[in-house]
Amino acid sequence: MDILLQQIINGLVQGSVYALVALGYTMVYGILGLINFAHGEVVMIGAMIALTALQALLAAVVAPVLAVLLSLLVAMAVCMALGYSIERIAYRPLRNAPRLAPLITAIGVSIVLQNLAMMIWGREYHSFPLPFTSTSHQIGGAVVNDVQIGIVVVALLIMVGLMWLVHHTRTGRAMRAVAEHPAAATLMGVDINRVISVTFMLGSALAAIAGFMVSANYGIVHYYMGFMLGLKAFTAAVLGGIGNLRGAMLGGVLLGLIESLGAGYIGDLTGGFLGSHYQDVFAFFVLIAVLVFRPSGLLGEKLAERA
Amino acid sequence: MKLHRSSGHLTLAIALLALPFIIDALLGHGWVRIADFALLYIMLALGLNIVVGYAGLLDLGYIAFFAVGAYTYALLGSPQFGLHWPMFVTLPLGALIACGFGVLLGAPTLKLRGDYLAIVTLGFGEIIRIFLNNLNAPLNITNGPQGISAIDPLQLGGFSFGSSYQWMGIKIDDVHLHYYLFLVFTLLVIFVSRRLEDSRIGRAWVAIREDEVAASAMGINTRNIKLLAFAMGATFGGISGGLFAGFQGFVSPESFSLMESIMVLCMVVLGGMGNVGGVVLGGVILVALPELFRNAAGPVQLALLGKVVVDPESLRMLMFGLALILVMLWRPAGLWPSSQRRREFDADGSVLEQEQETVYDASK
Repeated sequence: MDILLQQIINGLVQGSVYALVALGYTMVYGILGLINFAHGEVVMIGAMIALTALQALLAAVVAPVLAVLLSLLVAMAVCMALGYSIERIAYRPLRNAPRLAPLITAIGVSIVLQNLAMMIWGREYHSFPLPFTSTSHQIGGAVVNDVQIGIVVVALLIMVGLMWLVHHTRTGRAMRAVAEHPAAATLMGVDINRVISVTFMLGSALAAIAGFMVSANYGIVHYYMGFMLGLKAFTAAVLGGIGNLRGAMLGGVLLGLIESLGAGYIGDLTGGFLGSHYQDVFAFFVLIAVLVFRPSGLLGEKLAERA
Repeated sequence: MKLHRSSGHLTLAIALLALPFIIDALLGHGWVRIADFALLYIMLALGLNIVVGYAGLLDLGYIAFFAVGAYTYALLGSPQFGLHWPMFVTLPLGALIACGFGVLLGAPTLKLRGDYLAIVTLGFGEIIRIFLNNLNAPLNITNGPQGISAIDPLQLGGFSFGSSYQWMGIKIDDVHLHYYLFLVFTLLVIFVSRRLEDSRIGRAWVAIREDEVAASAMGINTRNIKLLAFAMGATFGGISGGLFAGFQGFVSPESFSLMESIMVLCMVVLGGMGNVGGVVLGGVILVALPELFRNAAGPVQLALLGKVVVDPESLRMLMFGLALILVMLWRPAGLWPSSQRRREFDADGSVLEQEQETVYDASK
């Protein structure tokens, strides 16, 4: 029982991070119909920037809470600038190009960012200097620490905020209009380029927060961390129905739960034949199974057949 | 005209035959090996071109078929199980098993479109890699992350492609021999691709790519034709994988990561999707470019700055990423697009306009 609870807690924490990153994928997809393959690297850059900022601030003896907040803000600002530039440089010129062209530039951006990070921060693992000790709490035989609670709470708040932004503000209405029908949105006076830039910046800010969370949770930062995380988050977005915000959240949390439960129980289920290193297999199998029965994800609308 | 054409073919044939010696003399021995790899990748890219270029099914896990072919060859021709089956059994068997996996992947994904298909194929590729990585316990099949070494070289009868021969005073090395072997296979794959392109099946693929609903209304059995695309593409991947295993003498799951799938996809898209010549060009460029950068990254820094400031390995990949971006920005339809694609692209967007539901026309 305590194992089950522990795995559920781990899954929720991991799932919240997936959900935040998945939102970035899904917002861009909803508006541009484009897989922003470089999004995972934005998460990594966010974590790296936060690391450097945190180190500098702590060295300058800034109060711990302030240092954490400031470094998070710096990381968000840098990632927003990065997201904006990626869209301007790699995606905007290709808007009327064949569908796969922006996918290739996205891969190019991803390679560039990864290697830039390797040049700047090196190949080694950096430990993330969280300036306070994270106390562990016992809940019914399972352990949960402050950082994990913080991750889930912050992720929840952000998701609520994002839903409010999308459904109750002018910008959000513009975003939905562009996603629905770009040409009609233009006729109604929506500045499409601005909306797309805002979307990229929003997604990148979420990515920076997610990067900070992962680093704080595991205490480790590495130039390669964005790749697998991005992949999982994209999987989560598709699982929930890509282009759908609620779907990304649901998919993220579900994927986190599936993974950690899979890792915990796959050994028992297969009589010890498959160990916990098959957790990724488990996640992908579930994804394939879901898509076979619901070809456009859990909450995705049925894709219209092309006219 | 006919004479002109055949003399052109003759020149090309002589050039291809002489190429390894020219490369050897001009650039050095290592580059012949790179040329061998280029041929393997061209085969892979042509296989993927069937799935992505002709049938328009985005496959991000294509390297899995390469892996299946390679591991089939490796398991049946190495000390791992003490089996040493000949190449003319293991290669076709690898292709057949890869083909089976192609159908296995294709069957459940028939209903999926576009990016949903992409993520499922990606997951499939990862599943295969993770199994290869972990099937060493409790029963050791793939030897896990260490991979399988001491794989038999490619042999036909008593003739081994893995050793050097002296012939009329010219020393022919294993890399040269492999070049010729791979060249034969590559030409075969090119031939099959070209014939398929203009066949009933090829046109059915293009029809599905352009509009699946219309294609099925025209009486095309979209299910079978799509499965066939997966199967054909996987078969080419399997053959290429077997050759890779025999050439390297060593396989490990590391060679079959997602990045490799992405590289092959880049070859297809960057070269010119759906056009055999373009795909070959893409394969050559994407194999040669990183090697060029590898050789240039260190010395150029030394010459300009007097010391190696930036890690040459990451600089090389950085430049490679930049090159991908720049080429795609410069030629969005690929370096050498098929004539149909070029027409679509040049027709001041009017054809594309009907096809794309993105925001471009509204943003002008």
